[in-house]
Amino acid sequence: MGTNQKQILKHILSNTDYSMDNSSRSLISLEGLDRNDILGLLRQAATFEAKPDRKILDGKVVATLFFEPSTRTRLSFETAVNRLGGRVIGFSDAATTSSSKGETLKDTIMMVSNYADLIIMRHYLEGAAKYASEISPVPIINAGDGANQHPSQTMLDLYSMLKTQGRLDGLEIFLVGDLKYGRTVHSMLTAMRFFNPTFHFISPEELRMPAEYKEFCRENGIRFTEHSEFNENVISEADIIYMTRVQRERFTDLMEYERVKDSFILRNDMLAGTKPNLRILHPLPRVNEISQDVDSNPKAYYFQQAKNGLFVREALICNALNLL
Amino acid sequence: MEKAKKSEQLVAAIENGTVIDHIPSDKVFDVVNLLGLTSITTPITIGANLSSHKMGSKGIIKIADRYFSEDECSKLSVIAPNIVLNIIRNYEVAEKKAIPMPDEVRGIVKCCNPMCITNHEPMQTVFRVVDKTNGTLRCRYCGKDIPKDDVKLL
Ligand SMILES: [Zn+2]
Repeated sequence: MGTNQKQILKHILSNTDYSMDNSSRSLISLEGLDRNDILGLLRQAATFEAKPDRKILDGKVVATLFFEPSTRTRLSFETAVNRLGGRVIGFSDAATTSSSKGETLKDTIMMVSNYADLIIMRHYLEGAAKYASEISPVPIINAGDGANQHPSQTMLDLYSMLKTQGRLDGLEIFLVGDLKYGRTVHSMLTAMRFFNPTFHFISPEELRMPAEYKEFCRENGIRFTEHSEFNENVISEADIIYMTRVQRERFTDLMEYERVKDSFILRNDMLAGTKPNLRILHPLPRVNEISQDVDSNPKAYYFQQAKNGLFVREALICNALNLL
Repeated sequence: MEKAKKSEQLVAAIENGTVIDHIPSDKVFDVVNLLGLTSITTPITIGANLSSHKMGSKGIIKIADRYFSEDECSKLSVIAPNIVLNIIRNYEVAEKKAIPMPDEVRGIVKCCNPMCITNHEPMQTVFRVVDKTNGTLRCRYCGKDIPKDDVKLL
């Protein structure tokens, strides 16, 4: 960590007010959180970054139920539990569990809640985590429910922006790639509504930001512009470039895919005229939308971004258990 | 007006009871099911495809000697927000009631998102009415909006 990073961390630690609603400890989506809730959680994440290994979960058992496999997310959550001194039970693939034999989600949740103090779950069906939180006697953290919500990803995106820019307010954020189906970019719009951002939507015609989200921006006074070209001129004012994957299977017109597939790739030579504080984020895994030659550019931040996930998840876990 | 009057008369008048008017023609049998009219023993007359200058085509249901609570009626607003209930006493319309849209709809409607948990788990559906004038419902679980015309009953 550079000196500047340390200062920013210190700044986050000292300058945010913290308040959270204690009525429900489950974290299903970020929709119910306000500015202070978000800043409070990010401040907690910063305390874990300063000291990741703490025995706060001593004697606690946390279940990670992955009805849909996601190695990256599961390892991040399980590492967080381990670093906090808790124990992990669970499964990484529903094919090996009784839900593949027709057990209902409710029965699985009721069974596991007998053993665990907290359930972290990922499911391929939308709304699964919400439903689990209504029936479970222990809190639920949603680690992704189909195309719907993935709050810990959004929180680590926000933490990465806060950490690299020293602020969340008034940022110029460029979202690039699949803006139609990209769940991470949609929840970012929702979470950033408290921070007066300016968004730039850069995507192929077929994968433009859906009308309902643009309407959401207008209703919340969020400025945005749309671009169909991705080049060095467009990104010259960016504080954050958030890259996402343009997937072949998302196109109804494969000719269109072939035409645009190489137009939404970030190359190192495009970064020459960009602002010094610019940082490039990506939810990972990357395929080819960021050229390998960008990796060594100091503006590339996607690997550190993934690491930030650990600290954010430590904060979310402790918060769900009401331990901070 | 003349024409509308005539089509009203196609359906027999009742002395006391309820006349449910302005039902979209294709929703008449949904209303029958929602109100459980198949298990009622008093006389019921059902008219469909009647001409209406307001709606083009409409349905009417007349139920003798039966009145409905607000709660029973509010279910109807989900499929047909403009339905009017006429309370009939002694062959006269004693009261005309528009049906209020509830804030929340539980267990009547199916979520149209095939990937929604409610379509895979034995559980009750819950929708918030996000737009009372247009009758738009939002699923409590998957968050998808269902426009009035796509509302399907369970
Ligand atoms: Zn749903």
